Amino acid sequence: MFTWWADGSEKVGLDALQALFKTKYASDTFVNLAVAGGAGSNAKAKLAADLQNGNPPDSFQGHAGAELQDYIRADQIEPVNDVIQGLGGSSVFPQNLLDLLTVQGNIYSVPSNIHRANVVWSNPAVLKKANITAEPADIDAWLADMQKLKDAGVATPLTIGGTWTQVQLFETVLIADLGVDEYTKLFAAGANWESDGVKKAVAHYTKLLGYANTASDGDDWPGAVDAVIDGKAAYNVMGDWAVAEFTAKGKKDSVDYTYFAVPGTKGVFDFLADSFTLPKGAKNPGGSKDWLNLIGSAEGQKAFNLAKGSIPARTDVAPTDFPPYQQTAMASFKSDKIAPSIAHGAAVSQAWNSDISSAISKFYGSKNQATLIADLVAAAKKNAV
Amino acid sequence: MRRLRNWAPGLLLVSPSIILVGIFVYGLIGQNIATSLAQTKDRITGRVTNPGGLANYTNLLTDDRYQHALWNLLVLTVVFMTGTMLFGLLWAVLLERGVTGEGVFRSIYLFPMAISFVAAGVAWRWLLSPAQGVDQAVGLNQLFLKLGMPWLQSKWWSDSGSFNMAAMAIPAIWQLSGYIMALFLAGFRGISDDQREAARVDGASEWQLYRYVLFPQVSPVALSALIILGHMSMKMFDLIYSIAGANSYTAEVPATFMWIQLFPQSNPTGAAANATIILAIVAVVVVPYLIYTNRTEKAGR
Repeated sequence: MFTWWADGSEKVGLDALQALFKTKYASDTFVNLAVAGGAGSNAKAKLAADLQNGNPPDSFQGHAGAELQDYIRADQIEPVNDVIQGLGGSSVFPQNLLDLLTVQGNIYSVPSNIHRANVVWSNPAVLKKANITAEPADIDAWLADMQKLKDAGVATPLTIGGTWTQVQLFETVLIADLGVDEYTKLFAAGANWESDGVKKAVAHYTKLLGYANTASDGDDWPGAVDAVIDGKAAYNVMGDWAVAEFTAKGKKDSVDYTYFAVPGTKGVFDFLADSFTLPKGAKNPGGSKDWLNLIGSAEGQKAFNLAKGSIPARTDVAPTDFPPYQQTAMASFKSDKIAPSIAHGAAVSQAWNSDISSAISKFYGSKNQATLIADLVAAAKKNAV
Repeated sequence: MRRLRNWAPGLLLVSPSIILVGIFVYGLIGQNIATSLAQTKDRITGRVTNPGGLANYTNLLTDDRYQHALWNLLVLTVVFMTGTMLFGLLWAVLLERGVTGEGVFRSIYLFPMAISFVAAGVAWRWLLSPAQGVDQAVGLNQLFLKLGMPWLQSKWWSDSGSFNMAAMAIPAIWQLSGYIMALFLAGFRGISDDQREAARVDGASEWQLYRYVLFPQVSPVALSALIILGHMSMKMFDLIYSIAGANSYTAEVPATFMWIQLFPQSNPTGAAANATIILAIVAVVVVPYLIYTNRTEKAGR
């Protein structure tokens, strides 16, 4: 069992699953091959070497969706359609999630947990300085609020971190300006990345950066969230793992911090998911399937997600045991339209993600909108399947 | 038979290392070059991703992104080598003149060497933060603000100008100046005191003493130091990766781009071509040096 869940809440979640696995499948042995560090980049390097050498683990973690294309391309993982069907298929997993996971008619992984990326975290005490009480309806209204905050003496209304947090902000602006259907179409072959919608999003994104702090490419995300917690900034766009940062600092939900969908993306759930695969040539495929069945079961999803702070990919897990933020997220996941995340590998392959990230890093220095669009077009042309 | 007895034991003694170096250095260089010339196709779309042959190299070399990385490397190498040599030499001259507490200073200058690039990189990422102004500044910018010198604030390596990588050289200079100092100090200590006394008796000023007597004798040290620094700079990866993160275009050099090609882009062929180019650049510097030392050693015999 190969993951990059080596510490923090992720390790607690994995430990919970491991305990459950031992009681349910006593004849299987669970070997934890977690590799720490670098948000999975170290683990991915080790995994790539193992797969290349024909020495695969029995199952490994991967972001659900297009990021798995790299493994499918290299013929390293097998479809798990039967496992998904056995678990209940579209009656327990949302159909549009399954559609996003399907590559050429096959599903290659079992999703274990879902995170939401299009969440604005804000500090109500700072918003009060500019008398902002209502949630902005779209990006323009949001920009107007930021100007009000700036006039009220908040130097950086919005915070950003390193490159991937900028990619995440940009993708939410894309969803806001294009709408979820047009946005999802961007990742098909021959999609138009030069449309007026994309241009509008790039212009909006440029304006947003004008209200943000100065970040360096290597900055991590907690610093950006801490600025909101400490009252130095009003807003931060971050995946819902940020809730752990607020809790760790002893902040109270809807008293010390509030959250809402990125303006213009209300009713859209920008998702990313971890999932588990069945590698080709796994030495113990029976054990792998037991594991996949466990991680896909309602019981397994509850145990894991309670500990990790994410929400189950299944819609039939009772939300009552979860903390308030997760309950709202579970409710939106059931009713909202689901959009795949770029920054977290749900929408694009690793190669495409890397090209978009470079373009965003380049743009952060130059602020040249035409170059960014040209780079995005080139990345799509090179990587779209 | 006797001639065989003369060279056979020697050959036997070195043959394990010849075989190991042959396989693991030259064999793998050969494999790398073979990989770099391959033609590859995308498994799903059937699109040709690398045309194969020398076109792999021309594609890479004409890529704007790669040229940007090469330019970054040039700026980094020039600033890093100049800075490290200057500081190393300066400290060596100061210590060589016999200051009190020399051992303490020597250790202080050498300490940064003991820290790994990755650990130092984490600290320098913070020190070289681009944020400016009272509200945001941290690291060096904050220090400058507190010292009342706000005009010294900089975006460091995050600057969008062409010479941003000069700032990336600062941590590398900090880390390696002590090492260069040690090399020079050893060089100076190897010169006998008689020569200084003779020069002083002949009426040489201190400047003339260094310029005409001591510096010429440490020039071989300087050359070795330059070669060591040059090749370190060209393969520098860990420092840049830990300061600028995995996907920084701004701070990209060929070595970090190679990582991106190999892992996120899953393009081993492109990465191999890039590796061969890096090897060639290093060889351009190192091979003439090897030939030169070989010649001078022969002449000295």
